[in-house]
Amino acid sequence: MIEISLAQSATIEPEKTHAVLEHAFPRPLNACYWEPKDRYIFVGSEDFGISRFHIESKEIVAMIGPHDSWVRAIGATPDGQVTFSGGYDGRLVWWPTAAQKPEPMRVVDAHQGWIRALSVSSDGRRVATCGNDLAVKMWDVESGELIQTYDGHQWHVYNVSFSPSGDWLVSCDLRGFVKVWPTNGRVTDDASPPVATDQPATADAVKLVSRDLPQVESLYKYDPTFRADIGGARCMAFSKDGSRLAVGGVTNVTNAFAGIGNFAVALVDFADGKVMVQLGSKEKVNGTAWGIEQHNQGFWIGLGGGSGGGWLYFWRDDIAEEFFKLKLKSDGRGMAISPDESRIAVAHADRNLRIYALYTAPA
Amino acid sequence: MKCQYACGSTEHITNRRRFIAGIASSAAGLGLGGLLTGNPAIAEQLKGKQKRILNIFLHGGVSQLESWDPKPGTATGGPFRAIPTSVPGVHISELLPYTAKQMHHLAIVRSLDTKNNDHARGQEEMTTGHKQIPGTDYPHLGAIAAKMLTPERFPLPGHILIRGAGSSSGKAAYLGPKYASVVMNEGKPPQFTERPAALSVESDLRRNQLRARLNDRFAGRRRTADTDAYTFSYDQAQDLLSQRKVFELEQESEADRERYGKSEFGQHCLMARRLLEHGVPFVQVNHSNYDTHHENFDFHIEQLGEFDQPFAMLVEDLQQRGLLDDTLICVMSEFGRTPQINARYGRDHWGKSWSVVLGGCGIQRGAVIGATSENGTEVVDRVVDHGHVVHTILQAVGIDSTGEFDIAGRKYPVADPAKGSIGELLA
Repeated sequence: MIEISLAQSATIEPEKTHAVLEHAFPRPLNACYWEPKDRYIFVGSEDFGISRFHIESKEIVAMIGPHDSWVRAIGATPDGQVTFSGGYDGRLVWWPTAAQKPEPMRVVDAHQGWIRALSVSSDGRRVATCGNDLAVKMWDVESGELIQTYDGHQWHVYNVSFSPSGDWLVSCDLRGFVKVWPTNGRVTDDASPPVATDQPATADAVKLVSRDLPQVESLYKYDPTFRADIGGARCMAFSKDGSRLAVGGVTNVTNAFAGIGNFAVALVDFADGKVMVQLGSKEKVNGTAWGIEQHNQGFWIGLGGGSGGGWLYFWRDDIAEEFFKLKLKSDGRGMAISPDESRIAVAHADRNLRIYALYTAPA
Repeated sequence: MKCQYACGSTEHITNRRRFIAGIASSAAGLGLGGLLTGNPAIAEQLKGKQKRILNIFLHGGVSQLESWDPKPGTATGGPFRAIPTSVPGVHISELLPYTAKQMHHLAIVRSLDTKNNDHARGQEEMTTGHKQIPGTDYPHLGAIAAKMLTPERFPLPGHILIRGAGSSSGKAAYLGPKYASVVMNEGKPPQFTERPAALSVESDLRRNQLRARLNDRFAGRRRTADTDAYTFSYDQAQDLLSQRKVFELEQESEADRERYGKSEFGQHCLMARRLLEHGVPFVQVNHSNYDTHHENFDFHIEQLGEFDQPFAMLVEDLQQRGLLDDTLICVMSEFGRTPQINARYGRDHWGKSWSVVLGGCGIQRGAVIGATSENGTEVVDRVVDHGHVVHTILQAVGIDSTGEFDIAGRKYPVADPAKGSIGELLA
């Protein structure tokens, strides 16, 4: 239906966002990841394994074998050489990104229980994972060795992200507790004042210690009717300068089991952990934030999915209400931004991968 | 409801004698009329004498695909894997690793088609064994058990729900209110089983003697089933006062309380063990909630994570204490959940192809009855429903489910006469 058009020379205009590609997969999609060299989009679906979608040719290559559960965590080294998949089977798999017939390079039983998220450091040397065994782990990309296990969460760990400088790992659990872990220093709290910014700290790395940010209370609720917990960081991303951490999920839950709650993204000051603003929608729509990214022009892009349908939201200058939103054909479950930041890929529940361009549609 | 006791009906006695096999010895017969002390010695005495039923009701509708009938790798299977159990060749969901080790004490019925997707109707039909008909009330399985399995002069209620489950649950219908459930709200002892502190033992005794005299005078002229039920309630309350410690979990060892975990369900399972050890004929533990239209998988991790270990521990303890041969175990819901996964990672109501688990007394342990299609959307072998399940439960504990109750001269079938037991599941 729609043709892809790359946007090297296009002017970014979020209000002009429109679909430029739609491609159906065999099963409903759960996640997507835009490979750094702009050749492929990797998707995870309600199947065992991931698929590689070649953007120009639309060729799909199934990458199956080591996983025997769904995969929602996908990432790659910045040079595009190695792609990672983290599955609900607890396995972390290294793949050759562009091989004609990708075979696993390495398979590690990384967690007991689901891997819910992974993050690759900006230098491409480390990959971090988190999961239902309450652990956050950091791995050496080259050797596959476990470098560090970060224990301390008391609830399933829903997300993990390296800070832009690579000095910190940040993780958030089901109840919205955020922990900050040093990648080169001590992992237990002590009396030292926390290092409160995301500045490079190579010379003083040993001084870095772990710290807890205040709970993002708005993104968690125990539903007393159904006697169950709902919440957690369904998506998480740093601002470009590392000063803010965006944590997305669901808020105002009145019926956890029917999905009655509102999409929300808390923008947290990384220095003191305080919520600066909670991004939401002008019209309250039931749903969960499944994707959040800051564009290099400063605005934030969020993906919502739930009983209120699928939506893309755009916020400017950290203002709580969106300046633009786009209704999607189906619930979004995962979002990725292209390396040139001109397009967004969304993994949809209706089996489609859709790409949306952030510029004026050609006449 | 008026009764015809004055015309000489002996329905209590005759029906009990008629329907119960091997229940001649009672706790009273064993000299247990006083406070039951609740220890392995008592369990030893009860062993082989009295049948009991433990029903675990998973409210909201547990997903069969995330529990007893996993379909990994299919379009409907979801993210979870199947794991082997203690029964060779039988696999269940990886969410139940502890239960998997106890499957040789249990059996799975994977072929329920109850043709119902409504909560209230499902709860009623699964616990009565009858199709819901407007204007008609049927007794809860617990009421039938209380009537048929409770020993004479038994000082405890015969039908206990640990946590309430709605206004209609535990009803006795035409069996009469004395067989309705006693509810332990939040697992606490039944209400009003403590003598008010301001009332001395002597004052309480005199008060009750006066009540009894007035009651006898009234009953001599105007006795009804309702007044009998009131009398029974007072008598039961008196018994409960003296048996209150039976309902106190603090009487269990600290080690056991730790072992069953701090979750509410864990503590309720320990309470269930305690009640069964004291000979209570029917105990239902209600666990909530599984109505996962949204994020089915996350919520099943949480809920079945709470269910699995205490339930498995309870099964194992009953076996080790010699009570499992006389205790039937059932795990049921009002229905299952849709094989189709919705856009919100949820599963909706599904009565067309789902599972229950039975075990212990009178059951072929390790059996798997029936089967569903590759993706779980339909039953392909041995279709059964709530009627068959209730017949099977009752027959497993020695009750002739094809018989009838004679209530004031009217005949009421014990279980749905259009259905029968799952014969191959009975030991």
